[in-house]
Amino acid sequence: MIWETITLAFVAIIRNKLRSFLTVLGVVIGVAAVIAMVTIGQGSSAQVSASVESLGTNVLSVRPGRFRMGPPTGGGGAQAARFAIKDAEAIALLPAVAFAAPIVTTSQTVVAGNANSATTVYGTTAAYLQVQNWPIALGRNFSDGEIAGGAASCLLGQTVAEEVFGGSDPVGAAVRIKTLSCQVIGVLADRGAGSFGQDQDDLILMPIKTVQRRLAGNTDVDSISIALRKSASSADGIDQVSALLRERRRIAIGEEDNFSVTDMAEISSVLTGINSVLTGLLSSVAAVSLLVGGIGIMNIMLVSVTERTREIGIRLAVGASAGQVLMQFLVEAVVLSLLGGVLGIAVGLGLAFVGSIFMSIPFAPSPAIVALAFCFSALVGVVFGYFPARRAALLDPIEALRYQ
Amino acid sequence: MEAPLIQFNAVARVYGQGEAEVRALDGVSLTIAAGEFVAIMGPSGSGKSTAMNIIGCLDRPTSGEYLFQGVPVQGLTADQRALLRRHALGFVFQGFNLLARSTALENVELPLIYKGMSRAQRGPIAMAALAKVGLGGREHHDPSQLSGGQQQRVAIARALAGSPQLILADEPTGNLDSQRSHEIMLLLQGLNRNEGMTIVMVTHEEDIAAYAGRKMVFTDGHLSEDKRQVARSSEGAA
Repeated sequence: MIWETITLAFVAIIRNKLRSFLTVLGVVIGVAAVIAMVTIGQGSSAQVSASVESLGTNVLSVRPGRFRMGPPTGGGGAQAARFAIKDAEAIALLPAVAFAAPIVTTSQTVVAGNANSATTVYGTTAAYLQVQNWPIALGRNFSDGEIAGGAASCLLGQTVAEEVFGGSDPVGAAVRIKTLSCQVIGVLADRGAGSFGQDQDDLILMPIKTVQRRLAGNTDVDSISIALRKSASSADGIDQVSALLRERRRIAIGEEDNFSVTDMAEISSVLTGINSVLTGLLSSVAAVSLLVGGIGIMNIMLVSVTERTREIGIRLAVGASAGQVLMQFLVEAVVLSLLGGVLGIAVGLGLAFVGSIFMSIPFAPSPAIVALAFCFSALVGVVFGYFPARRAALLDPIEALRYQ
Repeated sequence: MEAPLIQFNAVARVYGQGEAEVRALDGVSLTIAAGEFVAIMGPSGSGKSTAMNIIGCLDRPTSGEYLFQGVPVQGLTADQRALLRRHALGFVFQGFNLLARSTALENVELPLIYKGMSRAQRGPIAMAALAKVGLGGREHHDPSQLSGGQQQRVAIARALAGSPQLILADEPTGNLDSQRSHEIMLLLQGLNRNEGMTIVMVTHEEDIAAYAGRKMVFTDGHLSEDKRQVARSSEGAA
């Protein structure tokens, strides 16, 4: 009997193809939007995790000021004393630390011939590539002499290399930044998009002293990137680095740190958190269209009940019970909304797939959210189909048969 | 003695209240035995359609008692009455009331679906019913491809398919010309005579009522005439 009812529902839906399609469009759009949002959100979460993992879980970042992910806690702040190159050198000698690279960044325009590119210049040391676990595609890393002497040499990120030199080999060529002419000694390997979809290859590396003297005009260090030894735990590393820096910065016992040490796990969890909040917000906006879709189904089912009043009368006369008529219209509404749900899932996954290619993030469809969307669209059918179905079931057979 | 198929004891059906009260049926008592072919006549507003609806369990008396095979129908719930319609009654309407865009076969199968029969069980029964009304070979035609007379035959086959104890025909020839009317009446008469099918038919045409073996006339909610007659059996005989 239930199988008959489902068949009947399909027949009724197929008879009014265009109307059925327009009816479920709201559900299709709602489900597709939710699926696309969640899938892309999960893809970018996976991307965040992957990019953080590629940095290595045993990487620490040290910044001046009581920088914390989350609301500011006062104290220190931007006024806190900057680091110096010597701080990084001292950190590198700690037992838990494998490499430490001081970093200073500045936004600059790079010029070579007629081409130019706005990019970020990183002043650092040869250790930076070790901390970042970043191979060189062409050329070589900085020599100790270049770092110590503040030589005018640089490594280009892939994006900069392409924008400024096109396809040709830039190694050995010169680029100009402000008044500084600088020799290209190598090109970094392609790294792709970062945690927020930013281009990680859009940068130039230079010896830190070169940037300090020739571009920034001071001796400040913005942050220090630290790679811990494989044997050392993240907590050990943080303890050792904190103790050393408190000593070097002469912080009395009981006084708060005027710097912060963060590990990548923390950064990763914050980024993933932001991501899921955004995903949740966008999904709930999308879910509103599911509600609108449900109202569309209710509207059409009410019209359908009115149009088919006579049919309902005939069914009641030949012995259908009110319950069977109710079931018929309810099943029709559910089948309709499930069709919309399935269509929406297909469209949503398609959109997410295309989106993941454009945003170069992994395509991460989640069976759980697909199942949830499927069940939710069935629920929409039940909730919004019930009222029209009840109206059909409560028709007086005599009136219904007389209805023209 | 076996209970009569239909028994009305002072059945009244009142619509509205107070000033607007209409007594469509006003204390009607009657008995119809299994195997009878009864024509119910009367002007419009006489209560004949109301009586028909009550017999068909589509409506319930306001007061009085309606026994179907000895079972008091006025005490049944809506679902129980639906069961009674499903298993004991077959309807034939003036406007045929076939499902459009469904084949003759599907229309005849309709009551069988509600009896819970599988497709395999329904098919042969519906085919046999269509063959009985002379529509063998037209099982897969839509109502729109059939003439009025043929559509009414499909409706009769649908009423027969559920193997009811009673067929209720509401102006079955109202939409047909006299030749088709005659054919439909002979079909109903044949079912009554050859298979003992009880038929209750509402009509306002004397020459249609003449095919029945008993004629009841309603006037102002009362049964004003109830007589047995020699049924007409061919065109022009009456």
